[in-house]
Amino acid sequence: MEHGSNTDNSKSSFCLVDEDHTLANAVRFTLNQDPRVSFSGYSIPHPSENRVNIRVQTTGAPAQEVLKDACQDLMMMCQHVRSTLDKAVADYKMRNPKGCRYSD
Amino acid sequence: MARRDERMSEGEEETEAESMSESESESDSQSGGEKSRGGLDYIMSLPDVPMKLPPHVELQRTRVLCNADAPNHTDTIQYSGAFASVGVDNSFRLDHFRDKFRVEVIRYSDEDMEFDMIGVDPALANAFRRILISEVPTMAIEKVLIANNTSAIQDEVLAHRLGLIPISVDPRLFEYADGNPLNERNSIVFKLHVRCERKKHLRRTVKASDLKWLPNGTEFLESENSNSSSSSKPKTYTEFTCRQDSLPEFLDNPIGFKGKLGDIIIAKLGPEESGDLEAQCKFMLYKGVLIVYFIQVVLLEEIEDEVAENLKSKCPVGVFDIEDVANGKKRLTVSQPRACTLCRECIREGEEWEKRVSLRRVKDHFIFTVESAGALPPDVLFTEAVKILETKCESVISDLS
Repeated sequence: MEHGSNTDNSKSSFCLVDEDHTLANAVRFTLNQDPRVSFSGYSIPHPSENRVNIRVQTTGAPAQEVLKDACQDLMMMCQHVRSTLDKAVADYKMRNPKGCRYSD
Repeated sequence: MARRDERMSEGEEETEAESMSESESESDSQSGGEKSRGGLDYIMSLPDVPMKLPPHVELQRTRVLCNADAPNHTDTIQYSGAFASVGVDNSFRLDHFRDKFRVEVIRYSDEDMEFDMIGVDPALANAFRRILISEVPTMAIEKVLIANNTSAIQDEVLAHRLGLIPISVDPRLFEYADGNPLNERNSIVFKLHVRCERKKHLRRTVKASDLKWLPNGTEFLESENSNSSSSSKPKTYTEFTCRQDSLPEFLDNPIGFKGKLGDIIIAKLGPEESGDLEAQCKFMLYKGVLIVYFIQVVLLEEIEDEVAENLKSKCPVGVFDIEDVANGKKRLTVSQPRACTLCRECIREGEEWEKRVSLRRVKDHFIFTVESAGALPPDVLFTEAVKILETKCESVISDLS
């Protein structure tokens, strides 16, 4: 859910339900590395409510688009991490056929 | 002299950092077309502006210095414009990430694996760790129905012990029950029916392998009354529509406690003690993961002879080794940097030691140790965790659009 102003879409707060530091901190990292972002941060208003608020302020671009791009970046990173890990494990198994006991 | 040695021991890392900042500035000039970067682009084209961070800033950016009193430069610099004044772009580029990112498997087995993840920010590494700990599903016993328990172990303690036994079954084959009636798609039922008969043995050890899989669901009826009347369809605690072992995924692969998991001791029975219970399994979370920063041990000067011997004996985990060089001299080398536990014993005894040795955490190099509870191999667990993070991102994107 987005909370922003009607006239200026470059500053918005987003409220994500059922999320925690796991996603918020990772998204904050990608947001901060985006050159369009002038400020970004997140907070968990209350520890027993599972929601996080993410604040995004940009130099002009719509905050919603920037947040979406940040998530997209994160997804691409994840995909790369996955493929790299799979390759590394496959390599390891090739090199050490005896070293790993893989039952499948 | 000191500077040269540092370079020598840092070797690979240093060149990596250099090539990284070069490629950073390269793509920076590519992005120069953007309107907001026009001014910076002009400055970058001037000959005298440095294109990469000065070494001391680079050191602060990429390393945590673990000094005798306190660790220094522990924060990671995320802001894209953090180094704009020196003309270095700190913004995120996917192609840089792809170039820098490396995974090196150190150890791999069915139960656990250790790998190095290099070129990843702590925010991301920590997200993976958090998901692995608390969001990747595993099957475990959740509900225990006890018909008879005359053992020395109380019902609740027994139920708790059962809940901690990992089951060798792929949780991806099941749905999350989430309050729905239990059926063959979201639950597993086990039966434990053991008795220590006086004639046969004095004591009996009940192990996880004594838990028998009930592919047809529970055998217990929900109410005592329906027991007497032999109605056509007695109501039970589960609503299995077909036998679980007739499903293709379990046809040749019965659910149980494979290998060492079967030897887990549940209880010990004395003579004439017995237990009769059923256990229903649903999603649970149980696995271990640990991430630590890679620690770099740097010798700031050449350490020889007595000092070398002294330093080698200081280290309780044997990070250092001594090699013989010409003229019968001995020189200290860092042979086992991974063994370092950061006890800082080597720099404890005063400033002169801190000038010889420097312990540094590498901010983008993580050693992951993933332990599996037995159901899935550790690399699959990790891949699942990464997929969960992707799903989270996807749901945010779809929520926003």
